[in-house]
Amino acid sequence: MGRESMEYDVVIIGGGPSGLSAAIKLKQLDPNLNVCLLEKASEIGAHILSGNVFETRALDELLPNWKELNSPIKTKVSKEKFLFLGKTKSLSWPTWLLPKVQQNHNNYIISLANLCRWLAEQAEALGVEIFPGFPASEILYNEDGSVKGVATQDMGIDKEGNKKDSFEPGIELLGKVTVFAEGCRGHLGKQLIEKFNLSKDRDPQQYGIGFKEIWEIEDKNHEEGMVMHTAGWPLDNSTYGGSFMYHAENKQVFLGYVIGLDYKNPHLSPYDEFQRFKTHPAIKKIIEGGKRISYGARALIEGGLQSLPQMFMPGALLVGCDAGTLNMPKIKGSHTAMKSGMIAAETILENIKENKNLSIYEEKFKKSWVYEELHAARNVKPSFSWGLILGIIFTGIDQILFRGKLPFTLKHKHTDHETLRPANEMPKIEYPKYDNVVTFDKTSSVYLTGTNHADNQPVHLKLKDPNLPISYTLEKFDEPAQRYCPAGVYEVQKENDQNKFVINSQNCIHCKTCDIKEPSQNITWVTPEGSGGPKYGNM
Amino acid sequence: MKILVAVKRVIDYNVQIRVKEDGTGVVTDNVKMSTNPPDDNAIEEAVKIKESGKATEVIAVTIGEEKAQETVRKALAVGADRGIHVKAEGVIEPLAVSKILQKIADKEKPDLVFMGKQAIDDDCNQTGQMLSALLDWPQATFASKIDVKDGKLEVVREIDEGLETIEINTPAIVTCDLRLNEPRYASLPNIMKAKKKPIEQMSASDLGIDIAPKIQQIKVEEPPKRKAGIKVSSVAELVQKLKNEAKVI
Repeated sequence: MGRESMEYDVVIIGGGPSGLSAAIKLKQLDPNLNVCLLEKASEIGAHILSGNVFETRALDELLPNWKELNSPIKTKVSKEKFLFLGKTKSLSWPTWLLPKVQQNHNNYIISLANLCRWLAEQAEALGVEIFPGFPASEILYNEDGSVKGVATQDMGIDKEGNKKDSFEPGIELLGKVTVFAEGCRGHLGKQLIEKFNLSKDRDPQQYGIGFKEIWEIEDKNHEEGMVMHTAGWPLDNSTYGGSFMYHAENKQVFLGYVIGLDYKNPHLSPYDEFQRFKTHPAIKKIIEGGKRISYGARALIEGGLQSLPQMFMPGALLVGCDAGTLNMPKIKGSHTAMKSGMIAAETILENIKENKNLSIYEEKFKKSWVYEELHAARNVKPSFSWGLILGIIFTGIDQILFRGKLPFTLKHKHTDHETLRPANEMPKIEYPKYDNVVTFDKTSSVYLTGTNHADNQPVHLKLKDPNLPISYTLEKFDEPAQRYCPAGVYEVQKENDQNKFVINSQNCIHCKTCDIKEPSQNITWVTPEGSGGPKYGNM
Repeated sequence: MKILVAVKRVIDYNVQIRVKEDGTGVVTDNVKMSTNPPDDNAIEEAVKIKESGKATEVIAVTIGEEKAQETVRKALAVGADRGIHVKAEGVIEPLAVSKILQKIADKEKPDLVFMGKQAIDDDCNQTGQMLSALLDWPQATFASKIDVKDGKLEVVREIDEGLETIEINTPAIVTCDLRLNEPRYASLPNIMKAKKKPIEQMSASDLGIDIAPKIQQIKVEEPPKRKAGIKVSSVAELVQKLKNEAKVI
């Protein structure tokens, strides 16, 4: 193949909380291990987006002296609110009546992107080699079928697939163990789950799409340390979702919305639900007079324990949300992702030093607090398939009375791409016009993400059947890609009275929603040229 | 032949710039930084000249805070041989930059000094010209093609009237246009090798240069927002509006 190759003890794919924690733990356990970490973003943190209210449990174990290391964990949660929203009214739910998992008083409001940048500094200080701007685009296998490593993306390929003058071939990175830590719906993780049949006997995975904006708001509206969540309006009873608003330092609020991707109405636009949500009097009064400074979106995993695939395979481990360790009722995945990476490090050490099989990962995971948490959380998300009201009642019983110990496990019945109903059977949704005060169109939002992909490169959103969007999806579902994509990548345009499906791949913010929700699974997200995608700051 | 290339760390060109609320500058916290784009062209050209056998050494120099070193590291990853980092905090004006570069040129005795035609943050487009005056060397600005000849340079310049070809003697200063070349990617093995290449560190005061700003900045503000356009129904209406409202005809 003519590609250069480099050998490491451990190759880690993805510089998020799980990958970085695995890297740090490995070097703590054995400083002589050669560890490298690849990240597709132009720098660590630039593709990280999260709420984020951070529970320090995993970090306390990984770097117990984090408070002395100038970590970007500063704003302790000081006040909590939970609101049920009606169209104009809101009802405040007393926090003492919230399940314990939804109480946050020991947690911190952080930017996960900045936490990852800081974790990367810690990892580099320990000798981990970190390579931002290098997406792993291909899995390499040994003759016996075990994972041998990955290859990075070739750079300098034009639209037609020809080599440009600047062509730079990819590199093969070979590891005794390869750790896949790509985050939710990792494009290699997806291939591994299929090839090694890792989701056998598991429920189908469940996803959500999360939006986040950062606002700088007026002093009088800002309460540093305040955490607020809402449920209800603008979503109907049958659609799973809710909002978060975290008052961080420097007069900023992190404002976001999460919608389950198992929604049924193809006319629903998650982006517009989020924009509309901000017009609610209880929200608008806080952000009005402020300035929106960041925007982004990312798919997240909601399936929990029932959908968690087997996380080991010959030569490789799947960690964090590449597998799906997020704790849905807690609305937190960073601490569980970190812990899953740390357990991976312990497993790898025993694998390399004592020749133990990587399958010990499962035993270690089951003995850990992550498993205990996910087990207690397992019935919350599926109960919301009965609707918001029944979901809340059940969750109250399950989480407050029984603390997650009910003797049965509810199942996830469908994959998210199967849930859409035909467009003509579902009501159309009329979204209000953007007011450019609290609501904005997609174009100006994407502009804030700093997204760019080098032009003249192959489209990284691959259609299995290029005709399907117009011949089938448009007619049956009114081509929902136009609405579920949070960055306006997909458009149906009229050209000489013919409908044409247009993919503006340069707008892609790497959220992976299309790869998940496309009803025929016709869209596959693959890695674009390195450094492409958003350039998130403190998201 | 030695080529000295000056590179600057600036806010990445994809980032939407935000003005600080108090009008003292732009927000740089939590913002992605990169090499000034035409500086990448300058490095690329120097490395190409070295690869053609006409130069023996490429030295990358930057001036700025600790993290500015990343910019030198990137230059090393695409082929520069060694780096110099002059540590300095705060705003460093073109004149101070030129004086620092003059000192380094005195010490390193390069035959050519390359840099981007301007930096995308302050858009000054002055450093190359000032350095040329301080060193009393010829300059070729806005270069879109460079031919190295015996003791001379033939440079094509991008100017308003089109392309201008000039010949200058070396040693010389060349400021580079984006059209000069297509910068290469840093390959992963080269990034690793770059980590081992030397970067000499010094401070502006070590060189005896006073970097205190000479220009007082009064205010930084955002450009006024463009108003939304309107659709006119006829040519007559357009003409009427151009005449009476826009007052341009």
